[in-house]
Amino acid sequence: MTRVNVLVLRAAGTNCDAEAVHAFARASANVERVHVNRLVEGRVSLDRFHVLVIPGGFTYGDDLGAGTVLANRLRVTLHAELTRFVDAGRLVLGICNGFQALVKAGFLPGPEFTGKVTLTANESTRFEDRWIHLQAVSGLSPFVAEGTRMYVPVAHGEGRFVAQDAEALRALEASGQVVLRYVSNAGSEAAYPDNPNGSQRGIAGVCDPTGRVLGLMPHPERHVSRLQHPHWTRIGDPNADGDGLVVFRNAVEYARKHLI
Amino acid sequence: MTIFRVEVARRPDLPDPAGDAILAEAGELGFRNLTAVRSVHVYLFEGSFDRDAALRVARELLADPVVDVATVDDPLPAPSDDVVELLVAKKSGVMEPVEDSAMLAIRDLGLRIGSVRLVRKYFLFGLAAGDALDLGRRVLANEVIEDVLVGPAPELSLFAKPAAYVFRRVEIALRSASDDELRKLSRDLSLSLSVEEMRAIRGHFEALGRDPTDVEVLTIAQTWSEHCKHKTFTGPIEFEGERIDNLLRTTIMRATTELNRPWCVSVFKDNAGVVRFDDANDVCFKVETHNHPSAIEPYGGAGTGIGGVVRDVLGTGLGAKPILNTDVFCFGPIDMPADRVPRGALHPRHVMRGVVSGVRDYGNRMGIPTANGAVFFDERYVGNPLVFCGTVGLLPRDAAQKEVKPGDAIVVVGGRTGRDGIGGATFSSAELHETSEVVSGGAVQIGNAITERKVQDALLEARARNLYRSITDCGAGGFSSAVGEMGEKVGASVELERVPLKYEGLSPAEIWLSEAQERMVLAVPPENVDAILTLCASEEVEALSIGRFTGDRRLRVLYAGNLVADLDMEFLHHGLPRVSKKARRPLRSEAVQDLPEPREDWGDTVRSILSSPNVSSKEWIIRQYDHEVQGGVVVKPLQGVHNDGPGDACVLLPVLGSTRGIVVANGMNPCYGDLDPYAMAASAIDEALRNVVAVGGSLDQVALLDNFSWGSCDRPEELGALVLAARACYDAAVSYGTPFISGKDSLNNEFNTADGTIIVPPTLLISALGILEDVRLAVTMDLKSAGNRLYVVGETRAELGGSHYARLRGIRTGTVPQVRLAYARRVLQAMARATASATVRSCHDCSEGGLAVAIAEMAFAGDLGADVDLRRVPTSPTGMRDDVVLFSESNSRFVVEVAEARAASFERNLAGIPFAWIGTTTADRRVRAIGASGKSVLDEPIEALRSAWKAPLSFDAHGAGPPSPASGSSTTAGGRGGPR
Repeated sequence: MTRVNVLVLRAAGTNCDAEAVHAFARASANVERVHVNRLVEGRVSLDRFHVLVIPGGFTYGDDLGAGTVLANRLRVTLHAELTRFVDAGRLVLGICNGFQALVKAGFLPGPEFTGKVTLTANESTRFEDRWIHLQAVSGLSPFVAEGTRMYVPVAHGEGRFVAQDAEALRALEASGQVVLRYVSNAGSEAAYPDNPNGSQRGIAGVCDPTGRVLGLMPHPERHVSRLQHPHWTRIGDPNADGDGLVVFRNAVEYARKHLI
Repeated sequence: MTIFRVEVARRPDLPDPAGDAILAEAGELGFRNLTAVRSVHVYLFEGSFDRDAALRVARELLADPVVDVATVDDPLPAPSDDVVELLVAKKSGVMEPVEDSAMLAIRDLGLRIGSVRLVRKYFLFGLAAGDALDLGRRVLANEVIEDVLVGPAPELSLFAKPAAYVFRRVEIALRSASDDELRKLSRDLSLSLSVEEMRAIRGHFEALGRDPTDVEVLTIAQTWSEHCKHKTFTGPIEFEGERIDNLLRTTIMRATTELNRPWCVSVFKDNAGVVRFDDANDVCFKVETHNHPSAIEPYGGAGTGIGGVVRDVLGTGLGAKPILNTDVFCFGPIDMPADRVPRGALHPRHVMRGVVSGVRDYGNRMGIPTANGAVFFDERYVGNPLVFCGTVGLLPRDAAQKEVKPGDAIVVVGGRTGRDGIGGATFSSAELHETSEVVSGGAVQIGNAITERKVQDALLEARARNLYRSITDCGAGGFSSAVGEMGEKVGASVELERVPLKYEGLSPAEIWLSEAQERMVLAVPPENVDAILTLCASEEVEALSIGRFTGDRRLRVLYAGNLVADLDMEFLHHGLPRVSKKARRPLRSEAVQDLPEPREDWGDTVRSILSSPNVSSKEWIIRQYDHEVQGGVVVKPLQGVHNDGPGDACVLLPVLGSTRGIVVANGMNPCYGDLDPYAMAASAIDEALRNVVAVGGSLDQVALLDNFSWGSCDRPEELGALVLAARACYDAAVSYGTPFISGKDSLNNEFNTADGTIIVPPTLLISALGILEDVRLAVTMDLKSAGNRLYVVGETRAELGGSHYARLRGIRTGTVPQVRLAYARRVLQAMARATASATVRSCHDCSEGGLAVAIAEMAFAGDLGADVDLRRVPTSPTGMRDDVVLFSESNSRFVVEVAEARAASFERNLAGIPFAWIGTTTADRRVRAIGASGKSVLDEPIEALRSAWKAPLSFDAHGAGPPSPASGSSTTAGGRGGPR
């Protein structure tokens, strides 16, 4: 079978690239790590890849706000190439800092929302690492089927999803672009700490109007094996897959079906 | 160039998280009149662009259009008339990463930018100007690195450039100096050298017939510093009529030599100790202290502590990939009344917030999980907190050795050199005093984690391509130490004017000794220099050749053609005179205080011990660290149903997809050190090892690290305590079969005040690194299900000396927990067999707070109850009081949960070891104990125990978070390296 080619993009301060590579490898993809500057220089082309991943980290220190400097570089130097990539039906996944960069570069949730939604400082005012429950509430994105539940960690200081006004929020929800929400263990609306950052309407992940560009703050790539589950010594079966693996499997299956 | 001023703030109708965080901390420090804080970022630019472009910079880069407001040229209006405006800016030459990132992003927009300055502005509501300045100095800024002033606008003179340096050869008139003048020179130049050492230098230059240059004297002082040479630990000691020639070699290193384990790959010679991991990889581990910088500037000091130990690992062998950080801190009491904090010392709470933020911001940005640690509080750490930072690295099996060859280029990679941290090596070897905060400002380094991450990415690629022959970090002593050590066997020649500088004006001595962060030094074969410079450029890392290794065993330093140092490597590294020190066994109080009257119910006492800061939950700290990045942490620091139970050790998969893991644990108990330094050291080793065993490890392949933080060993009793502790390290390591592979000592941890000297308690941190062949056999401490058996493994003795129970009841004497070595080894080995045969559902080691605390923590972590009968607990002698059974801190003990069906198999593994089935896990979520009388002596709901345990360090249920002193900016950097 032809392998699906995944590009894991890195830049100064990217630091979740290894687990993103591992997650896609576990989902049987062919994965390469590429520095953003190689794309800017034209030494590496996006053409031969089916999936682009922008993983977590603190690109350029998040010194001007999370993901801002990388977003600027994507927007100014790679806009045409990225747009062509998405228009060709390929997939883009932004996790944590990658999500922040895609939002700030205007790729997520899409041009009509540019300057209307953002990811900002957690309500708790500090970086927090904790496990949370996610619920997929839209079927728009091929990365995750509606109804999917996942237990995965968050680890960020600026993950609070906010919209400029109620109208923008309503429009986003109406379009089905809100893909993932934080929920309580019982599946109900989440308050802190189940909603770890104070995101409006518990929004944890959104996609573009096509569904093929997905961004999320939590880290599904850190739960691809049961051994990564904080309770694996309680629930047993350490060889099982982790909840987050489905995101990567779905992407690979979609690419195999539609892009190869 | 035009100058623009851009101001950015949160929209006035939205909360300002940075401001709210400051409000919360200010409230804790007693600024009751303060009602609100709003923060503003003020950027000053010098750029060749117009106002429209400046507007674009403001809107596209600096302000988030959804939540921020921004102005160009005009200041943002004050939110009301009733506010004080406070400005905070980094002092000239102090690293501010935001400025570098802003430059980069503005260039990406295609604009020509000259420089950027960031000033933080705060609108303070409700305070008088004087109080505002006080708040600024205590919460918003650290005057060691920042200037604080009450508004109005900052002056544009912030762009003033330092004057260029004009070369001047400086000689020190040493040959004509008397002994008194030598002492004065040592003091005036901050050399921290004794008169005997100064005489040796004088003699050397008398023989050469010339006086030394400033660079030469400073290089010798740095190379001979306690920090680099460990003179006390390796020098002769007179102890109770006995002469110890080299304490380190005859205790800690001797254990390693005698054990002679084949899996020890590189010990006591490189930046970190290296052991075998699997067929393809080795692992290395180093733990450093960064105490004095953290006392003066907690955020920068702790961050550079992490940065420094990470560089140690990057510079081990041919370079290792950092895979885990550990952090252990000792602070003064966080509830200490402000008027009891000695003059010149920062409040312990402020120190703790700064240290935690510093470790968080550096470790998280580097992408290294911080997943093991400890925090300890004692009054004597006021003014001299202890900050231990550790890093584990992974390196290919063929990469542990390195060798410099004559002709290799000296290539510096990473950050630029500035006037940061000059004199750190000698500073860390001197004690702190009231004015340290002022005079030693230059010794504090500020770092940038992203620069170090870029260095890491570039170096690991260069290593994979085999582009260099040797590597070390620039730590204490900067180039002087790095080049001096690398070139010891061959000689080196350096041209200082080639070193990339942050700003002009640095003298050759400053460039040579600067401890600017994030720099590594490589030995590169000439044919590979171009390749390595190209590789670094592609990763946005600066790299430059600054000289070469020669082959003449001389250290030559040139500046623009002028020879500023020409030293014989033999004298530099081996000319240090050995000065004997006197040691005496510390006096111990023999009077033993009686235990207080027994009680009928010990619930209050259990809750009080759970609430003591040393025992209580560290969740507030742990969650601020990314303890899961890289995806390999499979036994996490927070465990159980609600992810809040305190794990005993970290288990990590260095290679994702494999099931072979490492176990990392630590042991430390300064309470015991006051009474019995030997028992303290042995107990720390037992604790570290039983933590390894508690999570499913064994003693089969465990390496140990020692970190001694002591008071001045010029005092014979301090040195005596060191001798006893080091001997315990030897005895215990040999008995357990666990060699030391690396270590560090910091021997001047005291704080001088007008009322006398505060000396830290003798503090030994033991870190352990074990191999777990199959992590699927790992065990956590949370109770798993009702109806299982509870066992105690190991014998309980009347050992309450230094215990938390004794502390609580004000008892200062007693027998400290001893380690009966042969017995302890058997207990730990038996427990390891039991976990390896999968008979254990949960296991927790008994340490601070004893059996009672261990059972309580297991219960609330598992959301279950426990019924136990104290009469069944194996004790020696039999028939002990209930409080002794509950709270004694005897070593080598575990509480273990075993399913009924596995009980027989579990017991078989423990044949010959004292153990007992003491009770059952229950579903009713209460912890109950039957005492000696046959009646209940403890009956507490687990929620009461949990909340007692969580209360002390939970600063905020929600919101009102603690600010970092740098208000959430990124910064920090590396500490000191160097093998011992």
